[in-house]
Amino acid sequence: MPSTVSFTLNGEPVSAEVSSRTLLVDMIREQLGRTGTHVGCDTSQCGACVIHVDGVSVKSCTMLALQADGADVVTIEGVARNGELHPMQAAFREHHGLQCGFCTPGMIMSALDLLQTNPDPSEGEVREWLEGNLCRCTGYQNIVKAVLSAAATMRG
Amino acid sequence: MDDSARQHSGERISGAVGTPIPHDSAHLHVSGAALYTDDLPEPRGLLHAAVGLSPVAHARIAALDLGEVLQAPGVVDAMTADDIPGKNNCGPVVADDPVLAPGVVEYAGQAVFAVAAESVEAARKAVHLAKVSYEELKPIIDPVEAVAASSFVLPSEVIERGDSRKAIDAAAHRLQGRVSLGGQDQFYLEGQIAMALPREDGDLFVYSSTQHPGEVQHLVAEAIGRSSKDVVVECRRMGGAFGGKESQPALIACIASLLAHKTGRPCKLRLDRDVDMLMTGKRHDFVIDYEVGFDDDGLISGIRFEFAARCGMSADLSGAINDRTMFHCDNAYFLENISIVSHRCKTNTVSNTAFRGFGGPQGMFAIEHVIDDIARYLSRNPLDVRKRNFYGKTTRNVTQYQQTIEDNIIEDVVTQVESSSDYAARYAAVRAFNADSALLKKGIALTPVKFGISFTATHLNQAGALLHVYTDGTVHINHGGTEMGQGLFTKVAQVVAEELQIDIDRIKITASDTSKVPNASATAASAGADLNGKAAQAAAQTVKRRLIQFAAEHFNVEPSAVRFENNEVLVGGQAIGFAELVHLAWFARTSLSATGFYKTPKINYDRSTFSGRPFYYYAYGAAVSEVIVDTLTGEHRLLRVDIVHDCGKSLNPAIDLGQIEGGFIQGAGWLTTEELWWNEKGELKTHAPSTYKIPVCSDVPEEFHVTILESQANREETIHRSKAVGEPPLMLSLSVFHALRDAVASVSNYQVLPGLNAPATPESVLRAIDGQRAAG
Repeated sequence: MPSTVSFTLNGEPVSAEVSSRTLLVDMIREQLGRTGTHVGCDTSQCGACVIHVDGVSVKSCTMLALQADGADVVTIEGVARNGELHPMQAAFREHHGLQCGFCTPGMIMSALDLLQTNPDPSEGEVREWLEGNLCRCTGYQNIVKAVLSAAATMRG
Repeated sequence: MDDSARQHSGERISGAVGTPIPHDSAHLHVSGAALYTDDLPEPRGLLHAAVGLSPVAHARIAALDLGEVLQAPGVVDAMTADDIPGKNNCGPVVADDPVLAPGVVEYAGQAVFAVAAESVEAARKAVHLAKVSYEELKPIIDPVEAVAASSFVLPSEVIERGDSRKAIDAAAHRLQGRVSLGGQDQFYLEGQIAMALPREDGDLFVYSSTQHPGEVQHLVAEAIGRSSKDVVVECRRMGGAFGGKESQPALIACIASLLAHKTGRPCKLRLDRDVDMLMTGKRHDFVIDYEVGFDDDGLISGIRFEFAARCGMSADLSGAINDRTMFHCDNAYFLENISIVSHRCKTNTVSNTAFRGFGGPQGMFAIEHVIDDIARYLSRNPLDVRKRNFYGKTTRNVTQYQQTIEDNIIEDVVTQVESSSDYAARYAAVRAFNADSALLKKGIALTPVKFGISFTATHLNQAGALLHVYTDGTVHINHGGTEMGQGLFTKVAQVVAEELQIDIDRIKITASDTSKVPNASATAASAGADLNGKAAQAAAQTVKRRLIQFAAEHFNVEPSAVRFENNEVLVGGQAIGFAELVHLAWFARTSLSATGFYKTPKINYDRSTFSGRPFYYYAYGAAVSEVIVDTLTGEHRLLRVDIVHDCGKSLNPAIDLGQIEGGFIQGAGWLTTEELWWNEKGELKTHAPSTYKIPVCSDVPEEFHVTILESQANREETIHRSKAVGEPPLMLSLSVFHALRDAVASVSNYQVLPGLNAPATPESVLRAIDGQRAAG
């Protein structure tokens, strides 16, 4: 049975008719047309679909759209401000923390959540935090460099 | 000279060759604005496809009833092999790869029928309503079983040099053994996908996530019973490929295209991860038998290899892949008397295919295994035995396929990493640690890489490009290569920027498109930048020549007095902006568009005798890895890695560094954590990341030191003297496997050869440790 789900997406109010089975990632990609959030494994393991719901990182392929009703949802498209890359985005670009780029949105959303609670993480903490985000291209070296660099920038 | 003429500023353009600029799409990747195939705006009336897979490995299809499927909500159409108007084949070399099973299924996971529906969910749900009955036939799953049954997809091949039998029999020492080596799923993060759009007059436009748009074009055209001119294939980027999108995308694109052709509506097929892993091919797994004779120093006098590769149910690219195994089972070593037998086994499993290294890693695994055994048998440091067998520079420098190695730098590379890693001291320290540690054991190993660059099929070593210059001085570049994250588009744009001496942001990099550059080879064999860089350079040079000729005539100077530098053109000492010159040239009716073409020189190779020069040059590298193993559980960790790798004169050191790091870790996954496990019925049971483990961020050691070999220009005249870097670094990961062998061997105080098979999962390591204890 279809229901209407409404939430704030990247600061804008949105709503859509969804079924009780609709996954949040499918609503975001297919109904709301924000395709920066990717589906990599369909089973909540690869982390390409990580977004923030009420300020916390979640794998949007493992959450129902209905569960997001009334929430504050931020996807990769909502990270930059006034056309300027967020320091985390800039760091991934500058430090070559990407190759094919498919995992990048989820990586950035996960890394941002880490820095909310741990603004000065050690390399080991970054590596452990990002265990839920798979990257097949980079060997993770430059991703870790990017996160550490962004953390330093964001601490000011 | 007009009024705008001015003195040249002397600065460098941005994005010149050799600068470590970011990936051209990096700003889009980090913003979620880079469009992958599934992100493209969906056309009106789009249908979504799903595929019905065979649950059994080998069977005759006794009955196939799609009645209920067609009645399911949202379903628009469905099809079987009988509904294919053209050829039911997506095989790249041999026409033995049906799109949809024609009466017989030959692997569990094979596509039997396809459904088109109004939504992804409707299509996927409807698949389960099919009534299919199978009369099961006996499957052959294992390559050893296949050899016994003479079940092959292609004839076995042999390379012989000298008399290996006689040399082994006469040798002071002899060893023989068998080792098995697992396959590997490519696990590109973006799964296989295609979207086909009907165009007027029965034509099709296909978006495909593919390394080989031209092949998708040809096979789609044949499947719908049309010709290549009726189909256009485009790919702007892939979310990873690693060889898994060399031949496999044709299957996905053919299904989407056949449904679009049948229904007259656009159709998209995106495989979910489980289906992707069940249905599409992987790296070949091998069983390797060897016999070797050697002297007291470990110098090999004779060696015999017998390779049995699980090719799966069809030939796919297995011929060239297994040829490359035969070409690389020397790695960096001169094997004077050698016999290689290569079986291309037909099994009732998914047809194995390209994966970074393309058979080379398996060949190198074999010889490194033998060398390591020799060293352990003689109680020598394995590095000494490796060095003892290295190719020479002027003697002992001809491969088993009769190519003289002219660019041997393996000793330089090994010496550098031996020193930077402090190998000798750490080798001793590992042994000291193990003497005092009962349960935790360390191991260390240094392994070299020598990898031949070029497609071994000579005709594939060609490339085309198309370049337009617009009147505002900006440039549109297109070439036959595809972007899968490796940075090819960035490198090619750098080449064009350098040639035309304009800032790279004046150059638009565009999607691979069969209507712009036809008949392109797959972006594969590490040769993307070598081939397409040269083709793009040729196109730029053609336009540049025309501009020089125009400028010489217009300003009445000698052509030799016209020079391009830093966004300007110097004409007899005076500078004019590039855009201004272009505009003047256009006004004077000069063609500002050109194609470029390149074919790799010097290579020639006779496959009937396996001899000649298949490779234009070799890329070299070496790595030292150190591991620690828990001997109670077999669990292990990588503690430190040191790499020195040869990129020639790098086109972009940042991109190349990423290729080295990523390739190494991907190889480490192949050899340690990634296990493809089939049961006796031929069902792959590790078909999702829940059970199939690629390396994660915390698997990579903090001590990970990667160095690009300094100032080593390619001896051959490659694009700006660079070297290919896509595949070679993967094989640096053999050092991880051999470090694990070293740790395992310590359990018997280095007295018993470690019987470690790959992947060295904790289970495999524990089994090898048990072997040490039982023998010791």
